[in-house]
Amino acid sequence: MRAVFSQYAWLAPLFPLAAFVVLTTLSRNLKRTGAFIAIVASLASLALSLLIAFERIGTGAEDYSGGFAWLTIGSVTLSAGFEVTNLTALMLVIVSLVAFLVNLYSLGYMRDDERKSVFYAYLSLFACSMLGLVLADNLLLLYIGWELVGVCSFLLIGFWFHKPEARAAAKKAFIVTRVGDLGLLIAILLLFRYMPGHALDFVSLHNVFDSQAGVISTSITTAIALLLFLGAVGKSGQFPLHVWLPDAMEGPTPVSALIHAATMVAAGVFLVARTYDIFEASAVALDTVAYIGAFTALLAATAALKQNDIKRVLAYSTVSQLGYMMLALGSGSWTAAVFHLFTHAFFKALLFLGAGNVIHALHTQDLRQMGGLGRRMKTTAWTFGAGVLALSGVPPLAGFWSKDAVLAAAFERHPLLFAAGIVTACFTALYMARLFILAFWGRPRGDAALAARAKEAPAVMTAPLLVLAALSVAAGFVQTPFGSWLGAWLSGEAIPEQAENVPVMAASAAAGLLGLYLGWLLYGKGAPKGGGAGQTRPWPWLVRLVEREYYLNEAYGYLFVKPLQGLGRALRLFDDAVVGGAGRLAAGAVQALGRLNSRLLSGQLQTYGLAAVIAAVVLMLAIAGRGFW
Amino acid sequence: MSMLASYLTLAAVLFCIGLYGVLTKRNAVVVLLCIELMLGAVNLNLIAFAKYGVVPSLTGQIFSLFAITVAAAEAAVGIAVLIVLYRSRATVNVDDYDRLGR
Repeated sequence: MRAVFSQYAWLAPLFPLAAFVVLTTLSRNLKRTGAFIAIVASLASLALSLLIAFERIGTGAEDYSGGFAWLTIGSVTLSAGFEVTNLTALMLVIVSLVAFLVNLYSLGYMRDDERKSVFYAYLSLFACSMLGLVLADNLLLLYIGWELVGVCSFLLIGFWFHKPEARAAAKKAFIVTRVGDLGLLIAILLLFRYMPGHALDFVSLHNVFDSQAGVISTSITTAIALLLFLGAVGKSGQFPLHVWLPDAMEGPTPVSALIHAATMVAAGVFLVARTYDIFEASAVALDTVAYIGAFTALLAATAALKQNDIKRVLAYSTVSQLGYMMLALGSGSWTAAVFHLFTHAFFKALLFLGAGNVIHALHTQDLRQMGGLGRRMKTTAWTFGAGVLALSGVPPLAGFWSKDAVLAAAFERHPLLFAAGIVTACFTALYMARLFILAFWGRPRGDAALAARAKEAPAVMTAPLLVLAALSVAAGFVQTPFGSWLGAWLSGEAIPEQAENVPVMAASAAAGLLGLYLGWLLYGKGAPKGGGAGQTRPWPWLVRLVEREYYLNEAYGYLFVKPLQGLGRALRLFDDAVVGGAGRLAAGAVQALGRLNSRLLSGQLQTYGLAAVIAAVVLMLAIAGRGFW
Repeated sequence: MSMLASYLTLAAVLFCIGLYGVLTKRNAVVVLLCIELMLGAVNLNLIAFAKYGVVPSLTGQIFSLFAITVAAAEAAVGIAVLIVLYRSRATVNVDDYDRLGR
């Protein structure tokens, strides 16, 4: 069956790009209509993505790729093109759907912002670069999209640049992910060096690493895989480079939803899934991915327990869920990772947009100032609740099925990984219960007048929530242990029914429910007067450790930032004293010479005479002196 | 010390005094006087060489007479120029005669 729509997949990133160009060139004249241009563009991308996906689902079409020779250097030809596989089709749908909903939502959230059209321009560029990254048929194009995504996140996190925290967060996000980007770049260079024919496209990568084992030595393969993973660690916020993600909350809330659900952080998982053949060729790399993922999941889940900023809780939750995806990748099941990415995109976007509604209503992000919003914001509360249950892994919501797939993969790999996953699942449910109870239950704790005026957000902001809530509830059924349709579609192989995973399912559901129950006990039923935040508990040092996010920021401050700043200061001193000194010396010498000359040509005949006399004396001495040689 | 050397020394001293005056004095009239002093030193040299030189002759003495005549003429022209200058600039201070440098 010939793929009709897949041939036009390259249009998907071009719609937002066109919107970006129009918005940046005409932004002054498009105060009102700018948003609509961006929304229409993202809708077009979504429509095309859905057409491609349905075409592939219905017909089982062959992978389609197209492109052209981009650069020819000697005998090496770099091509630029796109490739549509089932994985990229799925990612296209996720990215364009979330981007469209976020665009729609921002219509309400950013209504009164003066730079709304600039915001929409950045959003469009963000969507364009992510779609380009997804569609790229070789690593070089992917790298371009990868960097563009980084730039867009920088621009959007620092969108409210009048806040110093936003500026700092934007810089932090950019610099920290840069560490990972360097790893990816080196990996690409290594691949270029060692691949037969310097090919960088994914088809060749698949051929070389999957079927021609031994073309590239194991140690080089491991190095490449680890460097690729370093790139994913940076972008997807894995330990130890996760510190930028919670700080990225300084950006507008729709941006957080976009970054956390579909664009920025998904890029890392997507990269590993796309180059999975390389990882499969190296056991060391797979183990690294699995253990880093499990560790990150646990670390972030515990850090989320004591955050008081509603968005920081969600941010740590994202880090934790990304850890899950890495855990699945490392455990050998990239389909489970992509499945979790798929469901996570929906409920995390839902949670962020719901949090945006709360922030919009109360003008605070502090959980201690919230409470009792459930009665005033019914739609938000119900959809948010659906998101909480989905993230907590309550059956039969989407999060349960994907989490179960991840845990089943981990279970087969190593009991330790499975244990970490289960404990994380319990913690996840606990902090989500805390978040929901603190925000929506009980009575208002903050400004009473503001809480009384808090009302439901306009329809343009609740409609995306309803769509996402429906997806969060239902999207999990595409892959269950009893019929893994998505996995089979993605990998192209039939996956047997995994009924023996029932204990895993039971454990995962029990962990989620236990976490929710604990949360209800701690924050709902036995809610202390103060609202449960900042109570004295046993092990205060542990609480403080968690509250301060394991002092990782401070540690990085002392380990890297301070020494680098010191080095910078020393270099500046060197630059000032030596480089600048040499410059100033040259300038000063010329200036002094000029001043001397201007003194000489004063027009005073006596001065001229004196000079003539001195010259004559020197001349005479020279002539007389010659006699002595 | 021979006669020639002592005359030459005297002439050198006179010349240097004149040169010093020319280079340092502010008053243009004094500068002209100092130039006369330098010319006198030169004349003294000419006469000293004419009398005590290796080939003594009258040429040197006659030459110095010419030099004195020319110096008188020069002094007359110099004073005349100075008077014109004084009329236009209202000063005899040579430091103010710096149009060349502007």
